[in-house]
Amino acid sequence: MHIDENTPDAGWFTGTLEATVGFLRAGSLWPVTFGLACCSIEMMATGTSRFDISRHGSEVFRGSPRQADLMIVAGRLSNKMAPILRQVYDQMAEPKWVISQGVCASSGGMFNNYAIVQGVDHIVPVDIYLPGCPPRPEMLINALTTLQDEVKKQPLWQSRRKEIAAAAEAAALKATPTSDQFGLLR
Amino acid sequence: MTSGNEISQVAPEGRTLINVRTGMFGATGDTTGYDLMNTVVTMPGATERPYGSWFDDAVDILAELLGDKADEAIQYVVVDRGELTLHVAREHLLDVVRHLRDDQDLRFEMCLGVSGVHYPADAGRELHAVYPLLSMTHNRQLRLEVSVSDEDPHLPSVTSVYPMNNWHERETWDFFGIVFDGHPALARIEMPDDWVGHPQRKDYSLGGIPIEYKGAEVQPPNERRQYR
Repeated sequence: MHIDENTPDAGWFTGTLEATVGFLRAGSLWPVTFGLACCSIEMMATGTSRFDISRHGSEVFRGSPRQADLMIVAGRLSNKMAPILRQVYDQMAEPKWVISQGVCASSGGMFNNYAIVQGVDHIVPVDIYLPGCPPRPEMLINALTTLQDEVKKQPLWQSRRKEIAAAAEAAALKATPTSDQFGLLR
Repeated sequence: MTSGNEISQVAPEGRTLINVRTGMFGATGDTTGYDLMNTVVTMPGATERPYGSWFDDAVDILAELLGDKADEAIQYVVVDRGELTLHVAREHLLDVVRHLRDDQDLRFEMCLGVSGVHYPADAGRELHAVYPLLSMTHNRQLRLEVSVSDEDPHLPSVTSVYPMNNWHERETWDFFGIVFDGHPALARIEMPDDWVGHPQRKDYSLGGIPIEYKGAEVQPPNERRQYR
């Protein structure tokens, strides 16, 4: 997107529709109010004046998933809670994004047992994995701004989406799988 | 973990032996030293009179109200760290709680839930249910403990006396498998409805999945120290 500063009285800018829509979407990602465990305390702290998530346009935590764009999975997800989380995700209107906050949400973390889902990516598609136990509010804000960068680049048209999915798949096929990375665990 | 009939150790004086644990994490014959560990698990045993404080009066009043059944109902009394615990026979639990609630000198109006405990080595008394009671009138607290066996885990529900115990009894059923007879709707509350087993029992496997991390496979926690 380009704003012309040289033309006198220019009330316009140039850019693609894709970039403009992405810019607007990224500026107001409203998270759904959905705290699961101790990570949600950090999520709440992120909304307070000290850290002030509203600087990034995300201060409006929505009680109704219909009005939310972003789900921050804040904490460990139990097997019993999993269908509820999925229902809240399904009720959110497209486009929607998911941040998996903390190790428990991302991989089960320290709770490798019968009661906890070993990573919420079993239940919902995750856009950003945020490590930490729990991550500081600064880290959550970093995850949010990283997600905003992704949202700004998100393609609008179906053909472009296929292109990007194919590129991502090709990159994943080229990467060394963790099972082949020997000698790194101490 | 040792089972009931394997315990040969004698409890220290004034204590009740619950379990003797040898080793840790299933380690045997290695250099960690865990297999040499020997842990004696005991609880405070029966206390002799006088109990001190208001405890003697409260137990006397309860025994008087129970009449002939008193000796059978109150199995023994434990006073430890300034707290009173009555071990009650399950057949008389409802009588005991009704008297504790209704008598003007006792007035234990609140039951703060029921906790389950599993002592797998305590033969014939594997499952315990613990009821903390509170008297707001007299500002007093006492504890009831009822034990049942694994084969016959039935207790009378106290919801007719303390309706607030409804969900607590469901939780104890859910996690420990203690069946509360007379409960209005004894369904699972914490675990999903179709869950099998009672997860807080000592013999319930912790579960978990092996984690692959940078070429190494890390076992779930309950299998970490198994040398096979």
